[in-house]
Amino acid sequence: METRTMTINMGPQHPATHGVLRIQLELDGETVVKADPIIGYLHTGIEKTAESKHYYKAIPLTDRMDYLAPMSNNLGFCLAVEKLLGIEIPAKAQWARVCLTELTRLNSHLVWIGTHALDIGAMSMLLYAFREREKILGIYELVSGQRMMSTYFRLGGLAEDLPVDFEEKMRDILEDFPSKFNEYEDLLTNNPIWRNRTIGVAKISPEDAISCGFTGPLLRACGMKHDLRKANPYSSYEKFDFDIPTNDGCDVYARYLVRLEEMRQSLRIIRQTLDGMPEGLYRAHAPGIVLPPKEKVLTEMESLIFHFKIITEGIHPPVGEVYQGIEGPKGELGFYIVSDGGPYPYRMRVRPPCFVHTVALKKLCQGGLVADVIAAIGSIDIVLGEVDR
Amino acid sequence: MTVTHDNIETKLREAFGDSILEVLHFRDELTFIISKEFLIGIVEFLRDEPEFAYTFLTDLTATDWPDREQRHEVVYLLYSFDSHTYVRLKVRLKEGEKISSLCGIWDIANWFEREVYDLFGVEFEGHPDLTRILTPDGFEGHPLRKDFPLTYEVPQFTYNIDDPPEVID
Repeated sequence: METRTMTINMGPQHPATHGVLRIQLELDGETVVKADPIIGYLHTGIEKTAESKHYYKAIPLTDRMDYLAPMSNNLGFCLAVEKLLGIEIPAKAQWARVCLTELTRLNSHLVWIGTHALDIGAMSMLLYAFREREKILGIYELVSGQRMMSTYFRLGGLAEDLPVDFEEKMRDILEDFPSKFNEYEDLLTNNPIWRNRTIGVAKISPEDAISCGFTGPLLRACGMKHDLRKANPYSSYEKFDFDIPTNDGCDVYARYLVRLEEMRQSLRIIRQTLDGMPEGLYRAHAPGIVLPPKEKVLTEMESLIFHFKIITEGIHPPVGEVYQGIEGPKGELGFYIVSDGGPYPYRMRVRPPCFVHTVALKKLCQGGLVADVIAAIGSIDIVLGEVDR
Repeated sequence: MTVTHDNIETKLREAFGDSILEVLHFRDELTFIISKEFLIGIVEFLRDEPEFAYTFLTDLTATDWPDREQRHEVVYLLYSFDSHTYVRLKVRLKEGEKISSLCGIWDIANWFEREVYDLFGVEFEGHPDLTRILTPDGFEGHPLRKDFPLTYEVPQFTYNIDDPPEVID
């Protein structure tokens, strides 16, 4: 009997593609012969828009790429511009940034574990994970007034000093979360359905992973012990004690284990930042480059003038180009900024981890079953806002 | 063993001589401006030399300088897992000039190059599928070029057929 393959579209509007991702699947019965991811449905031109914004005003744009990890995006952009400007950041701001970006990692991983498990069929995980995420959004609201697009980091430090009850609320989270993570483990790690759906699924060899540009948890789930926080420390990460979890499984289950352990390590880092939070300025003192604190703007003439000049004229970094990569929750998030000496970035390039990982879907899905495509998409943890920018 | 900037510079100049057009140091970052014929040779040299082992293509992008004769600058960023350092390679191209594709070396170059083609209009020779990736099919122009208008967009969408249906009152 003659058989034919069938071409079918998955997405762009499909609940399991985590946004508007479209995958063109060529199927032979239940087996995927070819998977072709097609992107661009959420292209908003963030890189182009940034070229018309002053450096300060480009920060809110970065929140909108990976909307599950706003603080990481802010940090990457701020660090890149600070490198370009050559300014020193006060210790307190650096530690607060570390604390909040690790919190962001938790936020991103919680949404990942909730939606990923939901896709595979463990519905209750979503409810548990979002229950915990609510507390993190509460912290975002506490520090910045916003639950999602926080834009709390500024060039030179933070937008405002940490609120008085920040530490207390964070300690609550530290107290509460470890037992919650144990709950997740009880539900999933030894669950036979979960194991059947994930072990040996969407495998990729370490060589292919490097060729496909994998970074972050995906690379570590291929047994590579690489983490930019250790390899190229930024924002004083070298002062904190934490482990890099790895796993040799190279499959969906390995990625799950790595991310779960990463969440525990993030809590460890957060605890250290709270214990040793230095005193001092929350934003660098660099007149004419860094915005002066708001209370000074309202009381001192000179600060008012600097504030006015920075807002209206912008800042003028030296001519040059810098790249700053940070270990975002999803992988290496890089900002490449070219300055021509003017108040606008001549070019702001984002090296998006999600974009890079989407390419690999082709390899991950090939030869697997249709149902495994869902597991593969969940395991690479993409946010389409960042894929398309 | 530590790889110093001078070290790479000397070795590359030894091996490739005049094809290294310029070396830039800025904020502890090392940039080589190279001629386009030697791109693949230099990339393979940096990847295969055990001393450097720049095995990872972190980023591939471009910048547009409409006032220059060579208006396109294609930027490659390589990373080494051994020395934890980056090195940046740049190739300058005139309008319409083509550059060799790196798809044969890294899989990820495929989409990076498609993105550069889509947003800047730089063409890559030997690319298996050089089509638009972020903008819709049939889109005209290359949005990240400096002369592409920021605020005005030509409506380029139809109802997927040539003539949109008439509106019936």
